[in-house]
Amino acid sequence: MATPAKAPGRPSKANGKGAWVGRRLKRKEDPRLIRGISHYTDDFKLAGMVYCAFARSPHAHADIKSINTDAAKGTPGVIGVFTAQDTTSIGPVPCAIQMPGLKVPRHPVLAEGRVRYVGEPVAVVVAEDLYVARDAAEKVEVEYEPLPVVTDMEKALSNDTAYVHDEFKSNQAFTHTLKNGNLEAAFKKADKVVKQRMINQRLCPLAMEPRAVIAEYLPGENRLTVWSSTQIPHLLKTQISLLVGLPETSVRVIAPEVGGGFGSKLNVYSEEGVVPWLSMKVGRPVKWNEGRRENFMATIHGRDTINDVELALKKDGTILGMRSRVLADMGAYHQLLTPLIPQLTALMHAGCYKIPAIQIDIIGVFTNKMSTDAYRGAGRPEATYNVERIMDIAARELEMDPAQFRLKNFPKSKEFPYTTITGLTYDSAKYQESLAKALKLSGYDSLRKRQKSARKNGKYYGIGVSTYVEICAIGPSAATPAGGWESATVRIEPTGKVTLLTGASPHGQGEETTFAQLIADELGLVPDDINVVHGDTAVVPYGLGTYGSRATAVGGSAAYMATQKLKAKMATLAAHLLESKPSDIVFGRRSLSTKSGKKKSLSFGDVVTAAYTAHKIPAGFEPGLEATHFFEPSNFTFPFGAHIASVEVDAETGEVKIDKYVAVDDCGNVINPMLVAGQIHGGLAQGIGQAMWEELIYNEDGQLVTGTLMDYTMPKAHFFPEFVLDHTVTPSPVNPMGVKGVGEAGTIASTPCMVNAVCDALSPLGIRHIDMPLKPERVWRAIRQAESAPPKAESEESPKKQSKKGTAGRRRP
Amino acid sequence: MIPANFDYESPRTLSEALDLLASREDAKVLAGGHSLLPAMKLRLAQPAMLVDIGRIGGLSYIKEFADGIAIGTTTTHAEVAASEALLRNSPLLALAAAQIGDIQVRNRGTIGGSLAQAHPAADYPAAVLALDAEIVAHSRSGERVIPAAQFFTGMFSTALRNDEILTEVRISRTTGEGVTYKKFHHPASGYAVVGVAVRLKFSGSNIDSAAVGITGVADLAYRASAVEIALRGKPVSAIADAAARAANGVDIIGDYFASAEYRQHLVTVMTRRALEEAAASRRK
Repeated sequence: MATPAKAPGRPSKANGKGAWVGRRLKRKEDPRLIRGISHYTDDFKLAGMVYCAFARSPHAHADIKSINTDAAKGTPGVIGVFTAQDTTSIGPVPCAIQMPGLKVPRHPVLAEGRVRYVGEPVAVVVAEDLYVARDAAEKVEVEYEPLPVVTDMEKALSNDTAYVHDEFKSNQAFTHTLKNGNLEAAFKKADKVVKQRMINQRLCPLAMEPRAVIAEYLPGENRLTVWSSTQIPHLLKTQISLLVGLPETSVRVIAPEVGGGFGSKLNVYSEEGVVPWLSMKVGRPVKWNEGRRENFMATIHGRDTINDVELALKKDGTILGMRSRVLADMGAYHQLLTPLIPQLTALMHAGCYKIPAIQIDIIGVFTNKMSTDAYRGAGRPEATYNVERIMDIAARELEMDPAQFRLKNFPKSKEFPYTTITGLTYDSAKYQESLAKALKLSGYDSLRKRQKSARKNGKYYGIGVSTYVEICAIGPSAATPAGGWESATVRIEPTGKVTLLTGASPHGQGEETTFAQLIADELGLVPDDINVVHGDTAVVPYGLGTYGSRATAVGGSAAYMATQKLKAKMATLAAHLLESKPSDIVFGRRSLSTKSGKKKSLSFGDVVTAAYTAHKIPAGFEPGLEATHFFEPSNFTFPFGAHIASVEVDAETGEVKIDKYVAVDDCGNVINPMLVAGQIHGGLAQGIGQAMWEELIYNEDGQLVTGTLMDYTMPKAHFFPEFVLDHTVTPSPVNPMGVKGVGEAGTIASTPCMVNAVCDALSPLGIRHIDMPLKPERVWRAIRQAESAPPKAESEESPKKQSKKGTAGRRRP
Repeated sequence: MIPANFDYESPRTLSEALDLLASREDAKVLAGGHSLLPAMKLRLAQPAMLVDIGRIGGLSYIKEFADGIAIGTTTTHAEVAASEALLRNSPLLALAAAQIGDIQVRNRGTIGGSLAQAHPAADYPAAVLALDAEIVAHSRSGERVIPAAQFFTGMFSTALRNDEILTEVRISRTTGEGVTYKKFHHPASGYAVVGVAVRLKFSGSNIDSAAVGITGVADLAYRASAVEIALRGKPVSAIADAAARAANGVDIIGDYFASAEYRQHLVTVMTRRALEEAAASRRK
């Protein structure tokens, strides 16, 4: 990869920041994770622990006529079997989103009289061992009376439909319009209007570790401890206290090692209410471990939108206006953030373009499926897909090069902070520079030459360009449902070692390493001196967790600010000891010195000792060295970048071979380039995975037919070429470290980039769009349909010749 | 993903295994476990007893004999794929084995297990059909040799009786023939959406005879006899026309990844490509 390598062991100053920030440091987390000697939730075994298993609905929509638990209860080893009748005291599964007109159905932890999706929990069995629990769960006899099933969003909104929730007499969960500028005028004066309907299919987040919960209630102390594979231990603690009715002070949540989340563990699930309640009920610790099939059925899904996008343009390629209608599948119930995700899609609909007028209509729809919610990118990939696909289609119809078309419509870097037509203020960017770098790195001109000669030989070679901007560092509190700040406590221990308690909750991102790097630089220490503690609500001050590419920009900034407080305190003490002024003290390697006059110096350890012994402290000086900071960002950050892919399509089979993939990303200042590259790699795999392979399919009966790893194509390493990565660095002005966030970037740009590449390859056939995933049969059908379509007179919308490559201007009707 | 209760036996000799198998009606033979265990975890299969033949000595081998090569039932896919004896004398099985699943599957899965499972999209069935292999089974009453053409009887069903254990596969040498296995992988499962095993015997520049085994397309693997007939005595230029008959008379399966219509198309493309590749491999 093209990311500049730093020689190991030699400090670099990649961002002019310091000895450790900017270095490709291997993760402190890796040895324990790679050797399998660390602990995930399922690795814990408590004395007297029992196990539970859920009986789940095999129907997408049905009334429960009766439940007979006798056979399950009679199974040797079974301690109890519980249904909704027993769990009425557990609060409903929470939805944190409030918006005008939002319909929020009651979401019981166990189905109450009716089931609304396949996999909905109906009963729970507690048993002495896991095997008995699973066997007995199969013996819970439920008599169902099937009801008409709602799976198709458009049908769900028609008159000819059943209702997922009778009480609303509609399947529309909400509508929301974001509108600005004079759109009617823009479309009226347009030389050209391009339209496209696009499906953004439903995906499975597929964390390697499925969910798991252990709850231990101690009645004497009235203390409930919950271990959960979660991204948000503190928010979960608050919600569990509300779910089971214990004071929040009695609840402790621990997120041990968490094997990936991708947003799916940024949630509060039925099981996180039921398992603690069971422990209180049976008086024993209770464990629940989700199986992979349950994970497919009953952990949130991502995406699932139907989009109609229109763009009004001048002949010269200037964008005049944009209109989008987005149908967003909520599933049967709202999970924690379900209705929020499409709002992010609306906000990000301007992409990285100057668009004078816009209207986005978002309609949330209930269907008999598992809930959708935040999945890596959460609303931004959907927006970016719409924007980047329609830009590509527009460029083609205007016979402009897709890169040149984009360059023409970017705001210039001097226009930042740039306020978009959707009302966001982008912090900083250099879109032109980023795209230029990607073009150069990919050898764009030679790729186009290669395409030309491939076409002469009857081959289909395509080049996809996609740029993107995303919204990260979530975020300013005013714009988020639960606040958007983050906490950090930095404590310098008497031995001079440092403990950071962070409210972020890393689950694979590597902040135990990156946060240590940034504190090491501030204090003149090495990363091994700093121990980063997270994920235990009894140890760490309240924090909001890890999601939305926020941990470094918000949590890292909190750690930075708390460290500044300690530095000020240490400077005061050092100045007292050195008979100088605090403003005269500078931090060196393990030392504090005066910078003016006669150079006097103390070791870092001497100052720490002095702070703890408190023998020689100035008047009013508070002993000890601990500081807490709650960092409130002034804005989101807006990372951006440009990706280029080239593909070859086998026209006979419809197979797509990825030839080259280049990603230039800008996440502001970089703390650890190796971890940034890792985030990009994983993001690309997931984003390309959506474009090419991944697809959760519910059939008409609401059965999940791609609900195993034999059917659902999780991409494997050998599906990909070697990714070529580079970056530009545009520091963010909204946090002290100038960082932006990179956790989701790869997932956002790569999806449209791949589809753009395939559509570019097939453009000589007049193919303008194929819906994802671009599985071979779908590509083959598009080719076959294009080949069999008679050459057609040019449509009104495309008065010009179809392609500047001199290829046949055949177009599908 | 937890199977129902079952008993487990791990005999050390074939005769013990045969006794155990005969002792329970719903006993199942466990070899590499790469077909049976997933089915049990999904509770699609709930055998009362597993008879694990993995610890019986002498069932894992690749031996040359006068008429060909014999492969022991617990030989793994990885061992078959890497076998010098096979690659030199009769490479088709090795070429197919190299494309099964992924590394983990190839290191655990066995040839006997795969054949006895008779998954409609497994790779070996196409190859053993094209090779006219002999499949050897043992029961307490002795040995039985089943021609490959009679072995597969339907989806997940074979000519094996409940009291029999598949012990060996015998194939002939294919020296001088054009041989290949061409596969279109299902990206999730690694099974064949279409798999085509080809042997071409030449007489001069013409094809003397062709054997074409196809998997993934129907309920069970089959010999594409219409293709074979169309190639008999013909030059290689006849390949495209012949390949178009790859699914003649076949009831094609469809699923969410590949419809019957697409599979029908794909099998003709893959057959043509396999025949071309086999012809080219012989010329080398």
